[in-house]
Amino acid sequence: MQPNTLSGPSGSPALGVGDLVHTMHPAEVPGALVKPGAEPILRATAIQKFFGLNHVLKGCSMTVYPGETITILGRSGSGKSTFLRCLNFLEEPSAGVVEIHDRRVISNPLAPRSKAVKEDIRNLRLRAGMVFQEFNLFPHLSVIRNLIEAPVHVKHMPVAEATELAESYLEKVGLIEKRNEFPARLSGGQRQRVAIARALTMQPDVLLFDEPTSALDPSLVGEVLKVMESLAHEGRTMIVVTHEMSFAKEAADRVYFMDEGEFVEVGPPEQVLADPHDERTRKFLSRFLNI
Amino acid sequence: MTMPAPQPAALGLEIQVSDKRRAIAWRLQFMLVWLLILAGLIAFVLFTIKLNGKFLVTVIPFILGGAGMTILVSFFSIAMAIILASLGALGRLSRNPIANGVASFYVSLVRGTPLLLQILFIYLALPQAGIVLPELMCGIIALGFNYGAYMTEIFRAGIQAVPHGQTEAAESLGMNGRTTFMRIIAPQAFRIVTPAIGNDFIAMLKDSSLVSTIGVQELLWKAQAAGRPTYQSMQTLIVAALVYWVMTIVFSYVQGRLEKGMASADRGKGSVQ
Repeated sequence: MQPNTLSGPSGSPALGVGDLVHTMHPAEVPGALVKPGAEPILRATAIQKFFGLNHVLKGCSMTVYPGETITILGRSGSGKSTFLRCLNFLEEPSAGVVEIHDRRVISNPLAPRSKAVKEDIRNLRLRAGMVFQEFNLFPHLSVIRNLIEAPVHVKHMPVAEATELAESYLEKVGLIEKRNEFPARLSGGQRQRVAIARALTMQPDVLLFDEPTSALDPSLVGEVLKVMESLAHEGRTMIVVTHEMSFAKEAADRVYFMDEGEFVEVGPPEQVLADPHDERTRKFLSRFLNI
Repeated sequence: MTMPAPQPAALGLEIQVSDKRRAIAWRLQFMLVWLLILAGLIAFVLFTIKLNGKFLVTVIPFILGGAGMTILVSFFSIAMAIILASLGALGRLSRNPIANGVASFYVSLVRGTPLLLQILFIYLALPQAGIVLPELMCGIIALGFNYGAYMTEIFRAGIQAVPHGQTEAAESLGMNGRTTFMRIIAPQAFRIVTPAIGNDFIAMLKDSSLVSTIGVQELLWKAQAAGRPTYQSMQTLIVAALVYWVMTIVFSYVQGRLEKGMASADRGKGSVQ
């Protein structure tokens, strides 16, 4: 595919992310779950984001094929969460294009959002399920109602059908017995697994994880990672912002390393984690290797 | 000489008993203070006036008849206030400059003028514009309008108290603004503001006495009407005061029970780690 030729704000040629990543079609990578000849399911092109005059994303691009698991690593404040939130327009990019499946939204923060654009963004979000650091379960609804609320009231699915679907995903995350419990009665790890099931019940094309284990007690991280790894291995398309190196190593097909609002290194986890080319990646990773 | 080590279980029991004894003593003193003040007030009244049993027997049912009107006025006024406050809060939070402008003007104007003036305005001034309404309607409209403005700010705060993550979660699931508000934000905000609505209802029970000035025959109006002709306002006003007081205590109790019920229904209190 055509590499994205971007230039940074200072006119310096930004990293040709496309060059780095797709010299090989992901399907050719041994062990990859991507079907040969598959079309990308998500494409983010030249995403920029300003918070005030603070340039936090300096033109980030990413192409994801169905079945891939992408991990975004980087220091706190490097912009990785912001990038993820731009993918479903929870944060409107200051510039750039996001395409997921058959939906394409071009950001235009200068114009007021028209009805049509709002509808486009809503449809984009339907194709991307999001799992938050703070779970964000609906506290006034039981677990099962948390799961079926959107299928019933957004997709207008019959309640019985939505319930059946929701139960199958609760089963998958191992919490079917908590079906009628309220979120406040669950542990952090259980809440996050419910949040994952809630995202799955909308049957999105891509799952976005925004530091899903960062708010958890260390003893509860494992159960959430286990669910995420099983999702990755069954061929779900996932983009995961995390500090969990083990997850990147075990489950990721590709690792993106972000520094100061740019992807400075992209590659399979064996290469990026073990033999990083970029100085900043090396510096970041050295902290973890010492452990 | 070494002291014998205290038995831990016995010490615990001893502390428990002494704590309980202190708590009982405190309650007794507390109740005594209430009784003394009450007795003082009753003595003052008895020394001041000659108690006329016949008069009281005729006048008490007459005054009590006004309590129903007080509750009726309060009920309809608070209902109107809730509707106005819901609209007002949406306006105050709206990004639309017209909706926000209208709502904030309403809040500013109503909160910036006395309630009594508003009641009189609707009753006395609006007829000049050709709008003539029965007293009861004027009273309810004025109280509802006034409380609606104060409650607008309460509702706005309640909506804003729902964490932003809730909106993000709803939006990420593809909900539009309307669905997000109706199904996710409003139910949570409602729980946050329920105690405030209860407080306002109890305050309304007392503020509704102001509509006696325009001839609505509620509790205070009846007390005045009964006391004035024979110059026995001390008796009638005390009766009215007692009725207000009892109503307030009863509704506070009901409110407390409702809140407790809601809290346990919420199941949000007992967090399990």
